Amino acid sequence: MEIVQVVGVGLVATILILVLKEYHPEIAFQIAIAAGVILILLVIGYIVEIIQAVTEVALDAGMEVMYLQVLLRIIAVAYLAEFAAQVCRDAGEGSIASKIELAAKVIILVMAVPIITSVMESILSLLPYR
Amino acid sequence: MEGVNVDLLFKIAGIGIFISVLNIVLKQAEKQEQAQMLTLVGVVIVLLMVLQLINELFESIRSIFNLF
Repeated sequence: MEIVQVVGVGLVATILILVLKEYHPEIAFQIAIAAGVILILLVIGYIVEIIQAVTEVALDAGMEVMYLQVLLRIIAVAYLAEFAAQVCRDAGEGSIASKIELAAKVIILVMAVPIITSVMESILSLLPYR
Repeated sequence: MEGVNVDLLFKIAGIGIFISVLNIVLKQAEKQEQAQMLTLVGVVIVLLMVLQLINELFESIRSIFNLF
């Protein structure tokens, strides 16, 4: 019953933040960061299981492992960037949040370059003329 | 999953409340500068704790997703 822990941590963190925000907004934001990290660490074991199951299915289907790894890395980058951007936006720094998201998009695009090139090559090989 | 330390939340909140109280006392005693220093030290201590937690998150995500 992880959900009980998740709900408990969330509510307790919210109330602690409400108490501290008046006097020390900077410490209140750090509580928000810590609560976010703890919530993810609570369910990270399940993420491992999901990834293992997906990997098995993909291997059964004859998919290349490289593509799956690229996919997982992109998910990780997207998640981390989203986390940081939300914290920045909560703290009122919307511009830094936008820049984090932009950087994450660039990094994801760079990671996806091998897949895009392989798709392009297979499309080109389908064309009857050169 | 079992190694998650929810205590850290309460530690941070405790430090925050403690610093608030000391701040009020110092302000009543007309020691604004020391109150400011105290706030700064508190923020740095809490930042160190949060950094450890973030490091833990990065390590686990790195190992799970084969990042880097």
